[in-house]
Formats: sequence, C-alpha cells, structure tokens
Amino acid sequence: DASLAEVNSFSPSVPISPSSMINQYKFEDGPELRDLFITVDDPESHITAIETFITYRVVTKTTRSEFDSSEYEVRRRYQDFLWLKSKLEEAHPTLIIPPLPEKFIMKGMVERFSDEFIETRRKALHKFLNRIADHPTLTFNEDFKIFLTAQAWELSSHKKQGPGFLSRMGQTVRAVASSVRGAVKNRPEMFTEMNNYMETFSQKINLLDRIAHRIYKEEREYFNEMKEYGPIHTLWSASEEDIAESLRGVAGCIDRCCRAAERRMAGLSEHLLPLLHEYVLYSEILMGVLKRRDQIQGELDSKVDALANKKTEKDLFSEEIGKLEDKVERANNALKADWDRWKQNMQWDMRSTFTSVAENNLRYYEE
Amino acid sequence: MEDCLAKKMEITVSEAEKRTGRNAMNIQETYTAYLIETRAVESQSEGQCGPVESLWRRYSEFELLRNYLSVTYPHIVVPPLPEKRADFVWHKLSADNMDPDFVERRRIGLENFLLRVASHPVLWQDKIFYAFLMQEGGWKEMVNETGFQLKADSRLKALNATFRVKNPDKRFTELKHYSDELQSVISHLLRVRARVADRLYGVYKVHGNYGRVFSEWSAIEKEMGDGLQSAGHHMDVYAASIDDILEEEEHYADQLKEYLFYAEALRAVCRKHELMQYDLEMAAQDLTSKKQQCEELATGTVRTFSLKGMTSKLFGQETPEQREAKIKILEEQIQEGEEQLKSKNLEGRDFVKSAWADIERFKEQKNHDLKEALISYAVMQISMCKKGIQVWTNAKECFSKM
Repeated sequence: DASLAEVNSFSPSVPISPSSMINQYKFEDGPELRDLFITVDDPESHITAIETFITYRVVTKTTRSEFDSSEYEVRRRYQDFLWLKSKLEEAHPTLIIPPLPEKFIMKGMVERFSDEFIETRRKALHKFLNRIADHPTLTFNEDFKIFLTAQAWELSSHKKQGPGFLSRMGQTVRAVASSVRGAVKNRPEMFTEMNNYMETFSQKINLLDRIAHRIYKEEREYFNEMKEYGPIHTLWSASEEDIAESLRGVAGCIDRCCRAAERRMAGLSEHLLPLLHEYVLYSEILMGVLKRRDQIQGELDSKVDALANKKTEKDLFSEEIGKLEDKVERANNALKADWDRWKQNMQWDMRSTFTSVAENNLRYYEE
Repeated sequence: MEDCLAKKMEITVSEAEKRTGRNAMNIQETYTAYLIETRAVESQSEGQCGPVESLWRRYSEFELLRNYLSVTYPHIVVPPLPEKRADFVWHKLSADNMDPDFVERRRIGLENFLLRVASHPVLWQDKIFYAFLMQEGGWKEMVNETGFQLKADSRLKALNATFRVKNPDKRFTELKHYSDELQSVISHLLRVRARVADRLYGVYKVHGNYGRVFSEWSAIEKEMGDGLQSAGHHMDVYAASIDDILEEEEHYADQLKEYLFYAEALRAVCRKHELMQYDLEMAAQDLTSKKQQCEELATGTVRTFSLKGMTSKLFGQETPEQREAKIKILEEQIQEGEEQLKSKNLEGRDFVKSAWADIERFKEQKNHDLKEALISYAVMQISMCKKGIQVWTNAKECFSKM
C-alpha cells in the first residue's frame, strides 16, 4: 500500500498507532479517492520572554491542482487551530465543524505541559485536521488551505484581515439571544426531531463519558490492590516446604493478571475515553449548529413578517427574503447531509471503539 | 484413615435458628442455635442407615467443648472453631453476627469442626465429645464435672515459662516461629483479598450503568438501536455475575481462615511443651540445690555463701541433733525430688513424642488441604474468566452489529 508507506516514512519520529490510521482511512471516501494527507506530529516547546507555548508540525501531502506544491511542512500552535475553527464556523454556520481539544483539562490531573497532555492534544489535533480534509465542503475552504500551506508570518498577516474574535462572539450572542426568544415558529419537523435527538443524545453521551471514567478509576484501584496480592503468596512460600511451589505458582499467575489488568486500562484510556470525550464535544457543537440554523431561519421569518406589514418596499424585501430563503435552504440541506454523514461516522466510531473494548476485555480474560 | 467416628457416623450441622432466652445473669438475649444431626452408618450393609438423631447447640457450647479438648489433650493440635465475630469483611459483607450469610458460613464452619474432631485418631474417642453429639440435657454439667478447668494452665504461668525456659526442644521453637509466620502471612493475605474483592465488585457493578444508559440511548437510535439494546443487556449480566463469583470466593477465604486459627492451636502445643520443660528445669534446679545443702550440712563446710551459715557463725552453731534432723528431712525431700524428676522427664518425653506425632499428622493435613484450596481458587478464577469471555464475546457481537 504505497500511500500508507509514504505517510509513514515522512514522519518517522512519531509512530502513529495502526488503529488511528485505520480511523483516517475508513472515513467516507476510500483511500483511492483521497488526495489530501495530513499529519500532526513533533511537538516542540518554544520559550519567549512573555510566554511558553508548544508548536506542532503539520505535514501535508496532496495531488490537488489548486495547491502550488505537492508537499508542505509548517508549524502551528494551538491558537492557530482555534483561529481556523472560528473561520470555518463563520463561513459555514450550519455545517458540523469537528471538535478541537479543549484549552485546559478541568479534571486537573494532567499538567499543562506534561507529556501525556501534549500527546493527547496532538492526537486530537491530528484527527481535527483530517476530519476537515474528509469533509466534502470544508476541505475546499480557503482558510483551511492557507492554514496548511502558509509560513508563520504569512499566516499572521492573513489572520489580521477579516473579522476577528469579537465579531464571532457577536454572532454567537445573537444566536443565543434568538433562541432565548423562544422556539422558532416555522422550524421544519426534521429539525425539531434533530433537536430532540440531540438533547437526549447529549445527555446520554455525557453519562457514558462519566461512566467510562468511573470504570477506569475502579480498574486502576483494582490494579493497585492486585499489585500487593501476588507478593504475599511469594512471602508465604518462603515458610513452607510442600506447598511452596504451588504458592509461587499462584503468585506468578496473580502477577500476570495484574499486567493484563494494566493493559486493559491502557486500552480504555487510549481509545474509549478520548472517543467519548470527542462526542461530548460534538454534541455541544451540534446543538450550536442547530441554534445557528434556527437563527438564520429567525432572520428569514422576521423579514417575512416585516414584509407582510410593510406593503411598500416590497421588491427590496422580497429580494432579500429570497436570498435568505436560499440561504436557509442551503444551510438546511448542508446540515442534513452533514448530519447523516456524521451519524454514520459516529456509528462506526462507536462500534469500533466498543468492539475494541470488548476485545480488550476478552484478551484480559483469556490471559 | 484409621477407624474413627467419622466413618461410623454421618454428622451434619444442618440448620441454624434465632432464639431468645435468658442467660446466666437473667438478662434477655438473642442467640443462634444450631441443629446437629447424626446418623449411624453401618459399614457392611449398603443403604442401611440408622435413624437420624438430633439436638440443638449454641456457639458457646462449642467453645466449651473445644476448651475441654484443648486442656485434656494438650499434646494434640485441636481443630479451631470458626470465628466468633466476622473479620476481614469487605464492604458488602456485613459484620453483624445475626446476618444470615454470616450465620450460614458459621454453620458450615461448625460442621467442619465436628468432622475434623470426629476424624482425628485420638479425639474421636473422647466421651465428652460423643455426649456433645448425642446427649442434649446435662452435657454442660458433665463437662464441668471432669474438672478440666482446674487442669488448665494459667496464661501467666505459660508466659513466664516462655521467657525463662532454657532448653526447649529445637523443633518446638522452630514450630513456634512457623506458626507466627503462618498467622501473619495468612491474615495479611486475607486483608488484601478483601480489598481486591471490594475493587473487583466496583468494576463489575459500574458496568451495570452502561446497561441502563445503552438502553435509554437505543430508544432514540434507529440502526444502532438493536445492537445497543442487546449490548446493554449483556452489560447487566456482567454486572450481576460478580455476586456469585465473590460468594464462592468467601468459601476459599474461610478455608484459609481455618488455618489461620490452626496456627493458634499449634502455638498452644508449643506453649505446653515450654511449660513442661520449664517445670522440669525448675525441678532439676531445686533438686540440685537441695543436694548441695545436704552435703554442706553433712560435711560442715560452707561452699557457697549462705545467710544460714552467717547467722550460725554469729549466733552460734546448731546442735548436732538439730543438724541430723535437718539432714534427714532433706534426704527425704531429695528422694521425693528424684522420683518426681524421673516421672517429669518421662512425662516430658512422652509429651514430645505424642505431640510430634500429631504435629506430623497435622502437617500432612495442612499441606493437603491448602493445596486443594489453592487449586479450587484457581478453578474459580478460570470460571470467572470464562464467564467474562462469554459476556464480552456476546457484547462484541452486539457492538459489531450496530
């Protein structure tokens, strides 16, 4: 598989786990159709007078004609990813933009720059970019292209153009405000269903996230106690003659069980926990998307109402209305298409993750 | 196995019942009574069994029996009783003596105790033991009439002997060390096992939450719904399976506990030996000093400093008649002393011989029992894993159909 080998050889320093590679390729389009390959690796720490931050190397390989070159290597920091996300949200308010890893982890066990934290973040950023690349619309976004190809100074100057964070905030505020004003009157049935689904889904996924963390914690405590259990048998065997061998055998088995338990925990923390977390974020994102859609619809509706009241300036309004309706329709369609895609992906993700959890448990028990 | 009661008779402790009554101080109390059933088994004819006889006993009567046996047969490692109070509990087990699970485990322990005594080559022949099984009324009086309490050595005496004895048999000293080690290691093991059981319980039970959430989630899904729902069901099965698993493990823990308590019985035999040896040493010492005294009086020489010698020098010597009388008394005492020493020596040697024989028997029993216990523990673990494999294989199938 030539394409596979290429990606591998390009980033020899950081091995990407096979399962995440499979995750990459099993997205909608098969590997044959992909023409954009992105990896995120090699975190490096930068210390300036004002701050310390981490940059990640982003490597892009592509065969697309709109790209000047076929290979790019740039360094990006977390802020840059945030910027990209907000630009995408601006340009496509009703498309589902993949989640970014959070700024800080609230559960306070991991320090800001610990290796574990950086690695978790790196994996998440890698997934983020690849999900965008796989999205039929987002992948052609201009800002996305710039993000992948521009040198650091080019990117800074590009960032300074266009509306900044504040205007984005304004949008969000307006969206929240309009939803506060009450459910939109003419919301099509489909979206009401989606809303209801998302509410329940969000609830459940949050629960699952908490349950999975709890299980991890319990497994960890179990492991801690088991560590002590084996050696006692060895100690006992020292006082015995006849049964010493049996006792030592038991001690050995207990130690093996211990190690198997450790592997099981690692499996959870590597696959299930991050995935559940992503979907928790996704559920928030989706609620946001639905709200924005409602907001656009709201604009349309208010304009229609205004039209009904003001007999004059009809033409002007109707043009605007037409535009808005178009916008809403497009947004709706985009959302719907995306939604279906997303659900399929989610299904597949869930399936593969839970299956692998089951497999881990099997392996554990077989041992 | 030689002939013993266990071969001639089926013994079971079949039931336990809560009772209230008035105790010795006329205060009302609640206690549990256990039903002992016995049935004579004819070894020649098959299927021919005598009628079932039964009587009720409570724990304190078992204790009385055991105390009697320990005092009457100090050279025997007397089987221990199950614990008086629940120890080594993990959070789900209750520490309450009236809790049905505890009572049930105690019932099994008491039955085990009776069977051990009944199959012991020496103990089974004891009449008091037989009466314990067969005679409900008047048993307590019978025991007390044997006067065994008088024969019991005081704890203080035993402690004193332990510190002062000079030449105990090396084997007993080693045995004492061993029993200390055994006790410490088993109690440590049981403590950790209880903690491990607790944690394992937690892991399994939290998975049950999956079942609930999956089921709720499946309600809003279309294609994923069935897979989720059935997977959730398997999670529930998984969570429920831990209860049986841990109950079985309790039996294993009880087997270990029996040997924990056996360690105490071993130590009791060692203590008895130390006491006897110390007694012997004291008697020998006493004899030697008397002989010396005699000699001094006879020859008139004072070899060692003695207050008597001093006073006689200060206040005048005694008359020859007085001296004669003293010598006579001493000679008698020496005679007695030598006989006593001889018999004590004999006793001591007999004790060591018979105690060691029983200890060898005990060692074999212990090795056999512990090996079996470990094997059964391993079998339990394997069965637990098999169940786990089954559940997760099913779950995996459900997940892959999502």
